[in-house]
Amino acid sequence: MALYSEKVMDHFRNPRNVGEIPDADGIGEVGNARCGDIMKIYLKIENDVIVDVKFNTFGCGSAIASSSMATELIKGKPLSQALELTNKAVAEALDGLPAHKMHCSVLAEEAIRAAIKDYYDKNGIEYDKSQFPEHDEDEEIHE
Amino acid sequence: METKRTVYADNAATTAMSKTAIDAMLPYLDKVYGNPSSLHSAGQAAKEALEAARADVAACLGAQPNEIYFTSCGSESDNQAIRSAAHTGALKGKKHIISTAFEHHAVLHTLERLKKEEGFEITYLDVHSNGVVKAEEVKAAIRPDTCLVTIMYANNEIGTVQPIREIGAVCREAKVTFHTDAVQAVGHIPVNVVEDNIDMLSLSAHKFHGPKGIGALYCRKGIRLLPFIDGGAQERNKRAGTENIAEIVAMAAALKEACANMAENSARLVKMRDRIVAELSKIPHSKVNGDMTRHLPGTINMCFEGIEGEGLLLHLDDKGICASSGSACTSGSLDPSHVLLAIGLPHEVAHGSLRLSLCEYNTEEDADRIIKAVPEVVEYLRNMSPVWKEMERGELPHII
Repeated sequence: MALYSEKVMDHFRNPRNVGEIPDADGIGEVGNARCGDIMKIYLKIENDVIVDVKFNTFGCGSAIASSSMATELIKGKPLSQALELTNKAVAEALDGLPAHKMHCSVLAEEAIRAAIKDYYDKNGIEYDKSQFPEHDEDEEIHE
Repeated sequence: METKRTVYADNAATTAMSKTAIDAMLPYLDKVYGNPSSLHSAGQAAKEALEAARADVAACLGAQPNEIYFTSCGSESDNQAIRSAAHTGALKGKKHIISTAFEHHAVLHTLERLKKEEGFEITYLDVHSNGVVKAEEVKAAIRPDTCLVTIMYANNEIGTVQPIREIGAVCREAKVTFHTDAVQAVGHIPVNVVEDNIDMLSLSAHKFHGPKGIGALYCRKGIRLLPFIDGGAQERNKRAGTENIAEIVAMAAALKEACANMAENSARLVKMRDRIVAELSKIPHSKVNGDMTRHLPGTINMCFEGIEGEGLLLHLDDKGICASSGSACTSGSLDPSHVLLAIGLPHEVAHGSLRLSLCEYNTEEDADRIIKAVPEVVEYLRNMSPVWKEMERGELPHII
């Protein structure tokens, strides 16, 4: 069996929503180059709806595929729905990830959350802080 | 779409069997299939083939036939050599071993187990940023209780060749057993156990167009070798188990062929390797790893900043090029290659590594395709890398 599902390989080979949004309303960057994964997500938001989303990722095949799939899953969705996106949902939409690659889907979930939080912070929008648990900077250093 | 031939550039991982090796092997599957331990003619025919293969392997290394023990792989040879020397040393109260940080895991994990379970002390020598050990540092590290020095002949990831003869001389003078994992060297560069002052040497057939699942251990006459598998009297009581005659014969044939053609193959590969290195070095913020003046003929290891190796490999595979990387994601762990870290590369840089390992079956057209594909993929991945973009905007410093 190949390392990755056909779905993962499709999103790796033809990633959706690659790029940057110069006038993004929210930007989220998570990960650590030392560990080999950094994801950066750009959101364009109108009336609490994600009207556009782009990503840049430094990372392995599953990191790129997870970014691509996650952006597809939140595009056109209200923020409330995007915040409900779990890493498990990203992995399932990709027809699964190898166990040691599940952290790539976690990064995708975290990057989206970070981008939405950035949007709330920039616009002084009140939000439930429990939805945005603080991540220890060192957490991504797996040593 | 035109289907192109696969460019196999991962010969340090394994090679295709040569026609010579396959032809040598086949009769021993169904025609000469006797057990060499049997007294009847079928058994004795196999025994003759076994001893002829032993003589051939010995001759290729400058050894005597009774110094060659057949094993199932390079890892087994490493395990047996290291444990044997360690346990022999321990009987005399010597429990210190010298090695390097960039050995193959067959060596490193064996040493770590000896340390953890049996209280051996291990000194790992610096391999410096050029990936070459210094013989004088081996000398300085030797203590009265040192029982073994184990240093690889050539590194499997970055291709650097170690000063084995000088290290061997240092060990011989200090009367310390010297083992070398020569899995990447044998069949590729000249190896002579006598001239190189080697006491024990591991080799593996599938690195020089022989079959997988067969290797050998050279153990110099006078150096004690402890049995690794208990059982029958095969391999002079040092390694029980019915001999894998077909693969032993194929290994000997492959090694003879590799040694006969070594000068010619090596000259051609060095030219091809250097052409690829020169072209790929034009990629901005790239780095060649390992001292290219002390190097295997066919191995190339480079890092490209701002990208991660697994993506590079998968895209190259889509372009019909098989290569390897020392990135964490390709190792199945979260840390990049211990070899690249040992030569002092930061994690960030080590993640973006590419190893190309060529053999005499590669063509100039293969080299052309590598030279075209790698820059394309690097540029594509950099264009979606936030790290690269931050570096290009000056928000992050370039490391290489």
